[in-house]
Amino acid sequence: MISKTKKHIPHSDVHVIAPTRGLRLVDPFELWLWRELFVALIVRDVAVRYKQTAIGIAWVVVQPLATVAVFSFLLGKLGNVPTGGLPYPLFAFAAMVPWQVFSRSLVEGSMSLAGNRSLVTKVYFPRILMPAAAVFGGAVDFGITFVILLAMMMWFGFVPSWQILLTPALLALALLTSLGVALWLSALNVLYRDVQFVLPFLAQIWLFLTPVLYPASVIPEKWRLLYAMNPMVTVTESFRWAVLGGATAPEPLMLLVSTATVFIVLLSGMAYFRHVEREMADRI
Amino acid sequence: MSGFAIRAEGLGKKFHLGERERYKALRDTLTRAAAAPFRALVRLVSGRAPFPRPEREEFWALTDASFEIAPGEVVGLIGRNGAGKSTLLKILSRIIEPTTGRAFLRGRVGSLLEVGTGFHPELTGRENVYLNGAILGMGRREVRRKFDEIVGFAEVEQFIDTPVKRYSTGMHMRLAFAVAAQLEPEILLVDEVLAVGDSTFQKKCIGRMGEVGREGRTVVFVSHSMTAITRLCPRAILLDRGRVIADGPASEVTAAYLRSDLGTMAHRSWPDQATAPGDRVVRLRSVSVIAADGTASEAIDIRRPVTIEMAYDVLQPGYVPVPNFHLHNEEGICVFVTGDTDPEWRGRPKPAGRYVSRVTVPGNFLSEGTLIVDAAISTLDPATVHAHEREAVAFNVFDSIDGESMRGDYGGAVPGVVRPHLHWKTVTEGVPAPTKGIP
Repeated sequence: MISKTKKHIPHSDVHVIAPTRGLRLVDPFELWLWRELFVALIVRDVAVRYKQTAIGIAWVVVQPLATVAVFSFLLGKLGNVPTGGLPYPLFAFAAMVPWQVFSRSLVEGSMSLAGNRSLVTKVYFPRILMPAAAVFGGAVDFGITFVILLAMMMWFGFVPSWQILLTPALLALALLTSLGVALWLSALNVLYRDVQFVLPFLAQIWLFLTPVLYPASVIPEKWRLLYAMNPMVTVTESFRWAVLGGATAPEPLMLLVSTATVFIVLLSGMAYFRHVEREMADRI
Repeated sequence: MSGFAIRAEGLGKKFHLGERERYKALRDTLTRAAAAPFRALVRLVSGRAPFPRPEREEFWALTDASFEIAPGEVVGLIGRNGAGKSTLLKILSRIIEPTTGRAFLRGRVGSLLEVGTGFHPELTGRENVYLNGAILGMGRREVRRKFDEIVGFAEVEQFIDTPVKRYSTGMHMRLAFAVAAQLEPEILLVDEVLAVGDSTFQKKCIGRMGEVGREGRTVVFVSHSMTAITRLCPRAILLDRGRVIADGPASEVTAAYLRSDLGTMAHRSWPDQATAPGDRVVRLRSVSVIAADGTASEAIDIRRPVTIEMAYDVLQPGYVPVPNFHLHNEEGICVFVTGDTDPEWRGRPKPAGRYVSRVTVPGNFLSEGTLIVDAAISTLDPATVHAHEREAVAFNVFDSIDGESMRGDYGGAVPGVVRPHLHWKTVTEGVPAPTKGIP
């Protein structure tokens, strides 16, 4: 009932609409109010993704398996990859699991605003939900590829140890990385549609700059910290260590550099996104 | 703080015309930067600008809009295209940010700028109801509670688990509106959503909107339909070129809108056939109101006949297109409907070509006031409306007091939808004999 008037009006009761200036930060209270939309957008993205595909969810598996198969064949012929005694297909696939989640989330998150133009121009909600839902929707595939990975480990006779419990944290780091970058790119894509052309290229280059198909140990020691500024270096290497064990435990310093990078990208991404948000509906 | 639901203080919105393009390419920004030294060189040599830089034109879509709306008020927002109605509604909905001014809104705000925003064709009716509910700010539990009512209102029970892409347009619209109709905000902002769907559905929507108003909620309603505005909204705000130019009782504001010189109302034409109202069979090209002297005019003397004509292109032969006009008065009451009954064309297919059909309404028939004409072209069997332009033209019937019209020498308001000057005859039957008892 609206007739109930209180002396003290809570913040949520009266909205003030006015031009904003300067730095705007994300309002966690407002995001909480819109949590149901966040879930609904994830459900939509996941449901739609496989609705009209012939083999549906199998696509999640086909792509990384095919990539690993091709590289196993090529690198098996061309030369020795120092995998630390691990069979190459398993070595590559273990890192491919978090990588695939990352790259899918990155692409979907970056395209999310431009792909939902009518939502941006016709309804109000915190826009940040859109890239966030697309990024976290990408994580759903993780469950499937992870099961394939476990099957592959059984085939090669690997038994996971306690470290496997660290995988959720590594997955979270991968998702936060892609969220940070997607915030930048989705907002940029509103202003400059060039982003959508750059994106596939970026994902490809990034894959080569990440130790998915090769180990991080091929990078000389003195470049390691610079290398670790790519958070996916830490994510993929640590993930491989967490599921397969072996020699390459994550170095604390690299972990620190990567985590710091993630937070810088994430915070700056939020700030930039909020900056563009005020004119998103005008410019998209 | 006094009891307002919405208070706007000097709201304004500026667009840069260049930015109204859909997007700019990074390339353009880069090439402009790269060309700058070259440009400077040419200017140095020739003394004038080589390629004049495109002016970044500013455009105020809304300027200094101030008003206050009390809780429970239902207010119509009217104005021509580009007057700033949608901009104002988008600012109040928080979709776009104002450039100047402030607004205060008290209570939960629901906005409906489009029916079915976010509907995804691949998802089923059920999935879309939940998704659309969430987009409009309803929780899952709230939607579940109202689910049966939504499906019932939309009349799509059988198809609720079918992907929406297999729905007819009508079903799609009904379902989308049904979700929106369940929204229970304290302030509802609605834009033109009633302009969709068939007429029974429109009636249902208008009925629902009326209910919302009676439930004590505040409604701001943008529409081109004066009929809907006067029927639903006691108060209206008129915008013109971004400014609030009238604010008051809806009947007065809508009449002012039609009377004002915001553009000629007696003649409308569509120079581009491709965008003219119509479909692949016919396209409406112009509609005019012609006074007795043969010129297009908004002011019609009540005693004189008025001719309404439409020109249209028949693109596909083999159809029997019947032009028709619907006349409404200021209160939104339909005065009459008239369709072409010319015996020469009755039931006869029209070959492709340009046609002009006109009908003459006799003098001393229409009531004084504003008459709004909807122009349509339809075919029978199957009954199809090929072109339908609401409020295509409008005109004012004036009835001056010179004793020649029905009003005679009476100067006051005369009620009635029509004002025929009927033939009266009075005869004297002699002097009656005085009755006893009456002095």
